[in-house]
Amino acid sequence: MTHDAFQTIIGLEVHVQLQTQTKLFCRCSTAFGAPPNTQTCPVCIGMPGALPVMNGKAYQLALRTAVALHCEIPRFTKWDRKQYYYPDLPKGYQISQFDLPMSQNGHLAISDPSGVFEPKKVGIIRAHLEDDAGKSMHDEAASKADSRIDLNRTGTPLLEIVSEPDMRSAAEARAYLSELKLLLMYLDVSDCNMQEGSLRVDANINLHLETSHGKVATPIVEVKNMNSFRAVERALSYEAGRQFELWEERHIQLGGPGGHKTTRGWDDEVQVTRPQREKEESSDYRYFPDPDLVPVITETDHVEEVRRNLDELPAAIRKRLESKYKITSYDTDVIVNQGRDFVDFYVTVAESCGDGKRASNWLQQDVLRTLKEAELSIEEFPVSADSLGDLLNRVSAGDLDNSRAKDVFSRMFNEQESVEEAMSALGIVKVDTSALESLCRELVTANPKVVADVQEGKSQAIGALIGQARKQNSNANPAEVKRICLKIIASL
Amino acid sequence: MSLSRKEIEKVSHLARLQLSDPELDAMTAQLANVVEYMETLSGLNTDDVEPLAHASDISNVLADDILKPSLSREEALANAPKRDAECYRVPAVLGD
Repeated sequence: MTHDAFQTIIGLEVHVQLQTQTKLFCRCSTAFGAPPNTQTCPVCIGMPGALPVMNGKAYQLALRTAVALHCEIPRFTKWDRKQYYYPDLPKGYQISQFDLPMSQNGHLAISDPSGVFEPKKVGIIRAHLEDDAGKSMHDEAASKADSRIDLNRTGTPLLEIVSEPDMRSAAEARAYLSELKLLLMYLDVSDCNMQEGSLRVDANINLHLETSHGKVATPIVEVKNMNSFRAVERALSYEAGRQFELWEERHIQLGGPGGHKTTRGWDDEVQVTRPQREKEESSDYRYFPDPDLVPVITETDHVEEVRRNLDELPAAIRKRLESKYKITSYDTDVIVNQGRDFVDFYVTVAESCGDGKRASNWLQQDVLRTLKEAELSIEEFPVSADSLGDLLNRVSAGDLDNSRAKDVFSRMFNEQESVEEAMSALGIVKVDTSALESLCRELVTANPKVVADVQEGKSQAIGALIGQARKQNSNANPAEVKRICLKIIASL
Repeated sequence: MSLSRKEIEKVSHLARLQLSDPELDAMTAQLANVVEYMETLSGLNTDDVEPLAHASDISNVLADDILKPSLSREEALANAPKRDAECYRVPAVLGD
């Protein structure tokens, strides 16, 4: 929400599940959806004497992400016990990172193609590696007073990415999340599936206001329970408005009486935030270094190697597509958002037809629509990028017009035919120029009214001739017919 | 530095230890002794000593990301004070 009377200040904490086969500190499976309590062992259910061993792959995925977020990677990092009691936390502590996280001081650039906000860099305070808790379920069916606990998820590796409070609107927060998710997908470190809990978002939000007594801030609220990016945007808009109304009414300031941080949950059905019960003394975690885990030392050489081996990332790809293929930032955004395979497909089509704009239009309209209707991914798409490029090349050369090309495309997809096969099946042959010229000459002679209209400056009257030409020869290229007819009329 | 009885009450609550009044008194005195003993360390000059995060001198103990068998559900739930066919059962979790 934007409002003259206040500025919204938002910071986000994102938990991302890293794509490993096994858990962070034991070798139980991380697969989602297994029957309850079938993927646990003495380490992840906190049996006395069990010893955790760090998953090397999880550390590498976390490192790759931190480097891509332009974070500093300290040479030395360690893990700490964050202690609290909760039924889904069998060890009685979470293994997290307290004072020496594996990465810090990075940033993520965000922008909006439609210009809703100015491009900016959102600071990343830190990204650290920790283990997940289990899942508690309320047994409503049996209407019993118990909760049921499934510990399959316990110990799954999470990367917690904490942003600076650098976002100034719900739209910026959403853009940050979309860009972060895209980055994580391109890095191949997480599937980012929000429904399965692979990506979770908590937000901290308050307002800065100008008053006659100077600048003041409202108490910080942590908003939880947002299950989609849209929910995040709505929850934050709602919360900004709520805090402003509350300020008008009661003038409670950050740090003043009643101005401590509180937690609220988003109710997506009613579209409001509601106060959440605070975990008792939850802030007293008594962190200390986990004596069961040894530190990890990462030398600069290794960090540089990770940096060198990063594949091209969304921000760089956008720049490359815009400058090389002369398409708009809106178009690049749509293409890049579809993922790396789609970008590769686009580049092949654009290179092979030599027209980046035409390739972009076709991919955004025909290809995306076909993929969606057939529920296919671009890797499964039966029309190869080369043959689509071949088709578009012929459109550029005037061999066939755009609407006939769509018929050809549809046969290439449905019948899995080559461009040649589809064109001959549809009886499409290029009409040679002399045949087209004599056809146009006949039409001009037969339609004096049209000629008169065109001569009076009603150039749209030429449409009638195009229609007649198409009736006589469906392969007549409308643009060519128009050009030739206008030339003949002009020479009369 | 000495510990107050109030601090001991708080710490025992955080650790979910239910201590009787005499136990709390005893703990207050005993833990205060421990803390006081540790205080002697702050008399040392540690200017040239690097902070230590682990008692041993090893680092980078990392395992390959390769599945190993988990416990069966029956084994996993064997010690649960309360359970059903699939899950641990605990008193209702509030606030979620």
